[in-house]
Amino acid sequence: MTRDIAVVAFAQTDHRRTSDELSEVEMLMPVLHEVLGETGLKAADIGFTCSGSSDYLAGRAFSFTLALDGVGAWPPISESHVEMDGAWALYEAWTKLLTGDADTALVYAYGKSSPGSVRDVLSRQLDPYYVAPLWPDSVALAALQAQALIDAGDTDEPALAAVGARSRAAAADNPHAQLRGPVPRGDYLVRPLRTGDCPPVGDGAAAVILAAGERARDLCARPAWIRGLDHRIEAHALGVRDLTDSPSTRLAAERAGAFERPVDTAELHAPFASQEVVLRKALRLDDGVRVNPSGGALAANPVMAAGLVRIGEAAARIHRGESDRALAHATSGPCLQQNLVAVLEGDPR
Amino acid sequence: MSKEPVAVTGIGQTKHVAARRDVSIAGLVREAARRALDDAELTWSGIDAVVIGKAPDFFEGVMMPELYLADALGAVGKPLLRVHTAGSVGGSTALVAAGLVAARVHGTVLTLAFEKQSESNAMWGLSLPVPFQQPLLAGAGGFFAPHVRAYMRRSGAPDTIGSLVAYKDRRNALKNPYAHLHEHDITLERVQASPMLWDPIRYSETCPSSDGACAMVLTDRAGAARAPRPPAWMLGGAMRSEPTLFAGKDFVSPRAGKDCAADVYRQAGIADPRRDIDAVEMYVPFSWYEPMWLENLGFAEEGEGWKLTESGVTELDGDLPVNMSGGVLSTNPIGASGMIRFAEAVLQVRGQAGEHQVDGARRVLGHAYGGGSQFFAMWLVGSDAPDT
Repeated sequence: MTRDIAVVAFAQTDHRRTSDELSEVEMLMPVLHEVLGETGLKAADIGFTCSGSSDYLAGRAFSFTLALDGVGAWPPISESHVEMDGAWALYEAWTKLLTGDADTALVYAYGKSSPGSVRDVLSRQLDPYYVAPLWPDSVALAALQAQALIDAGDTDEPALAAVGARSRAAAADNPHAQLRGPVPRGDYLVRPLRTGDCPPVGDGAAAVILAAGERARDLCARPAWIRGLDHRIEAHALGVRDLTDSPSTRLAAERAGAFERPVDTAELHAPFASQEVVLRKALRLDDGVRVNPSGGALAANPVMAAGLVRIGEAAARIHRGESDRALAHATSGPCLQQNLVAVLEGDPR
Repeated sequence: MSKEPVAVTGIGQTKHVAARRDVSIAGLVREAARRALDDAELTWSGIDAVVIGKAPDFFEGVMMPELYLADALGAVGKPLLRVHTAGSVGGSTALVAAGLVAARVHGTVLTLAFEKQSESNAMWGLSLPVPFQQPLLAGAGGFFAPHVRAYMRRSGAPDTIGSLVAYKDRRNALKNPYAHLHEHDITLERVQASPMLWDPIRYSETCPSSDGACAMVLTDRAGAARAPRPPAWMLGGAMRSEPTLFAGKDFVSPRAGKDCAADVYRQAGIADPRRDIDAVEMYVPFSWYEPMWLENLGFAEEGEGWKLTESGVTELDGDLPVNMSGGVLSTNPIGASGMIRFAEAVLQVRGQAGEHQVDGARRVLGHAYGGGSQFFAMWLVGSDAPDT
């Protein structure tokens, strides 16, 4: 790569169980203002804008078109949208900055899960002819994966409970988290997963600003440089995958340079405690790495934004001087089908 | 810093029809992808990444279908990116894929866009009600008809122009084996006698609902050197967006379209598009958008676009052929429609367009738009590599 690109600002909503009184645009607007405010940039100063969201959460086609009104796209802007988690919108923006076509980018993502049953909605992602008609929900599929891990001896129920407890304790310091502090392990939702092993259902939005080279140093005292960024997908059908492993995460991490030097922090998008077990193994994270200091997706999981939040949280720790080299991960699809890994670094101190 | 030049070395599309009941969504996309790979003489292993686009997921009733399509597109183990920018998506998808090559992130990228409208009902998919928001007024035609009327008033165009466009595009489609509508008995009188749907738009001046997919192989200079057939080179590409609804918006000639075209021309060194560009494949879902976009894209002065149409300039054998493939008016798998425009521009400069080939086409513009004339994506391709 011939150009250094960094995350220079990050903002997110408080993630909440419901936001009935707000439209998606109203939920997003304060985040856009906040992230621009951090850098002093205005919408018209931004070279490229890219967003991630899902029509299926909004319950209507072209739902993202109205968010553009909130951005204030006048005069017209260079802009694009992925129907994916905002982490992939950040990937598209990163490639745009690499070409030199723009020096700054605004990336945002949002999702409201509260209007419907997100467990059922996510089942519409599955093979539409053979699987989706059976309506297997996202928790049931994650439970299959959790049971496979237990059967393989990779974890057990107390270990899963410890992941949940650690995440939610860490979230005590995160004012944006939906669940904070001690949370009971709860009853079984779908065996072997209890409520404490599963993410809360909630609404939220996030935004990030990227900048290249000297521009990044102008906008941020300690930019979080993107040293590598890669994503990979696996087969869709669960029957042809080893659910106890995540080769796509491993490959993305390798391509992103994650294994070249140890990281001190990892923000993992593991909506289920069992998925953290899979990711730790794939990413070779040992106990010396601080995993999900924000509380992770077990504390707040705004669908379509949760992956971008991981990158933002990792970057913010570098901005604050709490990390020197961090890994951020985002996932999409049933049982970790698609995975993105970013490696972020601060300037040496 | 310099960008890597981007070449198109493979194109594939399906025969577009009202309903492909013989294949699944996966079967449909794989058919187009295989044809693009065959054209480039590549196998799946020659592809580094896949970028896929389509219009709303509600049209097939599958949320984020790229997850299910990963296997069919040979994407397992690779990066798979999904773009969605409303009707412009086919164009935007190609531009995002081109960006991966230009940034030297990947050497060879497969890009594909599709719609299998027979799986669902597009009219219903567009009509899910949302409180406090303007409905689309019974499909896209209801939204666009008032803007056509505004164009007619503003330009003084005679009310026959729309039918001339439809008659031309449907005749062009007869020369394109992949086009959906092949109306062998088409006459200008038939177009003009067709029922009025959204005044002034008649039935024969509207696009069909199609099942179809379009794919392209994009590659870097090294990949182009290995290609078996002459590549098309991307000389310029851009996207622009503006808000859907606000008091200052010009729905007849949106500024985002003008800015987008200007950016493409700047990149490609086009001083006078009317003189320097040999043909245009533009997104015309309702016939009147041909004269409107001719003005918006700088091929005619404001209020003069209809004169190019009326005088035959935009005919296949005219001085500036428009929609040689038969256009969106003859084929409209919505998510793929923008990419088909981009692909037709490539076919023309590669000399591969068969019966609808424009002689000597060396620089051709592909154009797509979407939303409420809100999202624009364009690229200009040429038979000669850009100067770098």
